[in-house]
Amino acid sequence: MSFSLTAVGMVHPNGQRALAGVTLAARDGERIAVIGPSGAGKTTLLRVLGAALRPTEGEVQVLGAKPWQLPAAALKKLRARIGTVHQSPPIAPRLRAVTAVLAGRLGEWSTLRALGSLFHPSDIAGAHEALARLGMEERLFERCDRLSGGQLQRVGIARVLYQRPALLLADEPVSALDPTLADAAIGQLVAQSEATGATLMASLHAVDLALRWFPRIVGMRGGAVMFDLPAAQVTPGMLDALYASEGGVATQRPLPAGAAVEAAFHRPDCP
Amino acid sequence: MSAAVALRDPRATRRLAAWTAALVIAWPMLALSEFKPWALFGSGNLAVIGGFLAGFFPPDGSPAFLALLFKATLETLAMATAGTALALLIGAPLGFVTTRALSISRIGPGPGRVQAGIVRQAARWLLMVLRAIPEIVWALLFVRALGLGPASGVLALAITYGGMLGKVYAEILESADTRPARALLEGGSGRLAALCYGLLPNTAQELASYTVYRWECAVRASVVMGFVGAGGLGQLMDQSMKMLNGGEASSILLVFLALVLLADLLSSALRRLLA
Repeated sequence: MSFSLTAVGMVHPNGQRALAGVTLAARDGERIAVIGPSGAGKTTLLRVLGAALRPTEGEVQVLGAKPWQLPAAALKKLRARIGTVHQSPPIAPRLRAVTAVLAGRLGEWSTLRALGSLFHPSDIAGAHEALARLGMEERLFERCDRLSGGQLQRVGIARVLYQRPALLLADEPVSALDPTLADAAIGQLVAQSEATGATLMASLHAVDLALRWFPRIVGMRGGAVMFDLPAAQVTPGMLDALYASEGGVATQRPLPAGAAVEAAFHRPDCP
Repeated sequence: MSAAVALRDPRATRRLAAWTAALVIAWPMLALSEFKPWALFGSGNLAVIGGFLAGFFPPDGSPAFLALLFKATLETLAMATAGTALALLIGAPLGFVTTRALSISRIGPGPGRVQAGIVRQAARWLLMVLRAIPEIVWALLFVRALGLGPASGVLALAITYGGMLGKVYAEILESADTRPARALLEGGSGRLAALCYGLLPNTAQELASYTVYRWECAVRASVVMGFVGAGGLGQLMDQSMKMLNGGEASSILLVFLALVLLADLLSSALRRLLA
């Protein structure tokens, strides 16, 4: 069991309810996409799973532990095994891409190694490999404030690939990428999950991406799970109901049939 | 009718009240501090000031005095630099402990929140005590214990400025974008690593220029402490003033101008380096 939520509810301090009675579990290595309209509670759900937010109701279990019953040191170790791709990459602009990627393993490294790596990157090859998987290897020594939004988002993904977490959470990981790049980036996250056996849970705006890459789809609306089904059983009617009053289902541009399985990058942004 | 209500800024009344309150509070303070700038231009006052200032020209340039001035300048620079360096050693760790931007227990919130809050508050109080007592008081104390000379000035500066640096460091770290550091802490990183990877890249410029500014203040503060016997330019200034030697005093002031200019150059060079 990778994680399990039992009747989890979350009311933010300002009184706004973000989650209501969410019960959800995942086996090790499972790949789940969370879809739903804006404000459905997708980000809150991922933050609860990442042990970054303590729910006000219900029980959380992640990677075999109850995070909020652990002592501080054990909680820190647990967090080091969870990797999160944030929607807007929280990377200090003055860091170089190599340092930003290596920061993925700060939870694992000793403080001494972390500080030393600021003077000379301690694993240039590892950062290069992670960036290369996203077609960003040429930007290895570029400062992050020189990168475009889409490139920065890929640095954020590379950081988590380098971290090699046991639970990989991704919150709108490809929102700043064009359809081709988005498809390849999701492909890399899926490949990581297959190679390391990590559980992958991603929230996505583009429903077709979710259906193409993820065997299991969780539909959320108003802080509650509307459906939790294998991708093949999700019908257009369900999606219409999920996104009702949102102006229809969000999709990407249709891709050519072969592109979905092709992991190589076309890199329209850097010719 | 209802459109007219909706278009009124709902905070206008509160803002007006706040400004009025500020004025009402500020007026008695001006009265208490006997702030009467027009008295400067009263009968005879201008002549007195003019006579005082005329004594400052020309600046004293005799070799014997310049040699004395050079030695005192070095002493002051050494006092300010050593004092600021020691203050850094006191302020940086305390600022690191005090800042809320690097709190792990606030994530969630998680375990140990109460203990962490107590430690933070204790460090904050310590910083307050350190900077509440003016450096001149510390200098008076240490001059009695260590005798005349710059050493007591260094200690006095270290204590008071340590308190100031710690407080301002903590606040600079909090006012920067704390999301990068928070994301690292949420990924299980330690506080020191989160500081170096998440906060310092964004705040190094601010921290460096505030530290250099404090060094500049330390140069000025050393004058006042020189008056109580802590050596350096201040002691020289004290002697010149007591002997009513305006030329010497103006030479010393010119040195101060040069030192402040130096601090300014240093600060902008550091900012360029850290940009």
